[in-house]
Amino acid sequence: MLSYIDKIKEISTRLIKECQVEMVIGYRKGTVPMMNEPHFARTAEAVENFVWDSNCGINLCNYLTNRGEKIGILAKGCDSRNIVTHIIENKIKRDQLVIIGVPCKGMIDKRKISAMFEQEIREVIEAEDRITVKGAGFEKVLNKTDVLQKNCAVCIHRNPVIYDELAGDLVEEQTDVDRYEDVREIEALSPPEKATYFQRLLEPCIRCYACRNACPLCYCPTCFTDESRPQWVGKGQDPSDVMTFHFLRAYHCAGRCTDCGACERSCPVGINMRVLTKKLEKDCLELFDWEAGLNPDVRPPLDTYRPNDPDGFIK
Amino acid sequence: MKIVQIEKNVWAAGLKKLSETYRLFGPVKEDDFHNFKRLQQGQLPDLNCLNTRLSPKSIIYPQTEVMFEYSLDENQEDHHILKEINKDYSPQAVIGIRPCDAKAFALVRLNFDTAEYQDPYWLKAYEATTLVGLACESPCSSCFCTTAGCGPYHEEGLDLLLIDNGDQYWAKIITDKGDAFIAAAGWNDPLDAKATAQKIEAKRQAAEDKVCSKVNTDNLRGIETNDLYNAPFWEDVSFSCINCGTCTYVCPTCWCFDIQDENRGNRGCRMRNWDSCMYPLFTLHGSGHNPRDTKLHRVRQRFMHKLKYYVDKYDAGIQCVGCGRCVRLCPVNIDIRRVCELMNQYAASADACEVR
Repeated sequence: MLSYIDKIKEISTRLIKECQVEMVIGYRKGTVPMMNEPHFARTAEAVENFVWDSNCGINLCNYLTNRGEKIGILAKGCDSRNIVTHIIENKIKRDQLVIIGVPCKGMIDKRKISAMFEQEIREVIEAEDRITVKGAGFEKVLNKTDVLQKNCAVCIHRNPVIYDELAGDLVEEQTDVDRYEDVREIEALSPPEKATYFQRLLEPCIRCYACRNACPLCYCPTCFTDESRPQWVGKGQDPSDVMTFHFLRAYHCAGRCTDCGACERSCPVGINMRVLTKKLEKDCLELFDWEAGLNPDVRPPLDTYRPNDPDGFIK
Repeated sequence: MKIVQIEKNVWAAGLKKLSETYRLFGPVKEDDFHNFKRLQQGQLPDLNCLNTRLSPKSIIYPQTEVMFEYSLDENQEDHHILKEINKDYSPQAVIGIRPCDAKAFALVRLNFDTAEYQDPYWLKAYEATTLVGLACESPCSSCFCTTAGCGPYHEEGLDLLLIDNGDQYWAKIITDKGDAFIAAAGWNDPLDAKATAQKIEAKRQAAEDKVCSKVNTDNLRGIETNDLYNAPFWEDVSFSCINCGTCTYVCPTCWCFDIQDENRGNRGCRMRNWDSCMYPLFTLHGSGHNPRDTKLHRVRQRFMHKLKYYVDKYDAGIQCVGCGRCVRLCPVNIDIRRVCELMNQYAASADACEVR
């Protein structure tokens, strides 16, 4: 995956020089280990700042919403599916975009790696499938497959589903993964156990809204949590308000979420809120045979009426 | 100056004694990271923690704080009258607070305790609190305290500074509150102040040398506010920002709040909650107009407040203690050190080009 960068720079430079796009959206090297920053380049010189490694987990589709210019954008499998969803939902036009597909073998889990060490991690070096973690007085080599973000470990759409250019050869898709093991465990709980589980899950929330704001689906001009006339949700730390926010947000993502993991990745207090969106993803798959963002020409199940709808009430 | 030695084998017994007088708070590891929590009976603060994920500001300034209660029942005589609620302002102590976080309390006091206004909730909680610092021997690579008016042994804001010396802590008493704390614990093993101070000085120097990250702030005060406000780099700085509140909520020096009334049935309460300049609602006017309606405006506001408006208003350095939390936790890696450098350099270049 590291070798993509030359091709990414070559394509980006060409797109800018040929005036096919006004800017290319990619990543530049971060200032702390295991972080890169979303970055735009308007000139060939600025393209030189681009990087590609297993720390490009931020979903770049988030930066496309309602933009008017022609844009080149790097897209992993998940980003590309969110771009498809953006096109379906009229948040960007297909002909505004030159999509540089980046086949992906997964991003590494900063949170998981940090939790493996008591001391501060000072440097993380990647060499294909090996991740070397260094700190003051220690060094450890990890297999990348052991430290993937949880959503990447169960990803079945590593290749971009829509693209105009490719930064590398397509990669093999994972077929033998159990995507919903964690969801089934929660489904099996009794209602009081579920209540306890969700209370504990959301107890650390500080309502910074990083999960919402990192999500490419959460582009409402005014989120229901920010409505003040009338105000729908309390602003404090009352658990019922915190839960209302998370549960409603998850429902707003039903049939749209691509499990890109941006929400969990962004959370400063380590909440695994993906279980909420994954449950809805699983429901959509089971009820409507639907996976979000695979085809810009198919309307999603929640804005479509079909006579064979599995629920009786709608017939 | 008084320095007391605390053998680590009497540490737990001292804390037990202290818990009779103080509500004790300290770093506790839950799941993957540490936060300051109320210590349960017999629970020890984990002083091996590098620093807590969230700052301890909520101990004095809770994220949600109810101030008043009222009744909306018009059959009651006192309906619609705000009544202050009773709160526990009994003595409390924060054990193992880092010097950066303690300095942050001194810093935000400039806002909560002015000649004109005194915030009673913040002040009462602050006055009830003894800050028992732990000198920082292993600063993180994202810490830049020494150039943010602070340092790993900085004493400002602290009542007591603990220095780890292997089998003992040296406790440097800084205020009367610190003295009372040591007395309540029954730690009474004074060290030769002069000789120990020299040793502490050497340790301080060694710890400061380990701070490898810095910010330059020398030009910020000299530059015209409007020049900096209109600088061309804000689009670049703000591009990746997702306008979440992480930086402001993990920051020990961010002090903004919002007041809300919440009713349930015919009773209600007036509370204040942390607010964030990153949120669109922060500046939304009653008219519907929002003077900071783009993320560029909001990102610029945060950095201009911390690194320019505050600097100009108080002449007390930047509104940052260099704890590095926003650097480590920003979901998209916007780095205040980088922005500060852009601002400081821009100030320098603007000065250089000026022709009079």
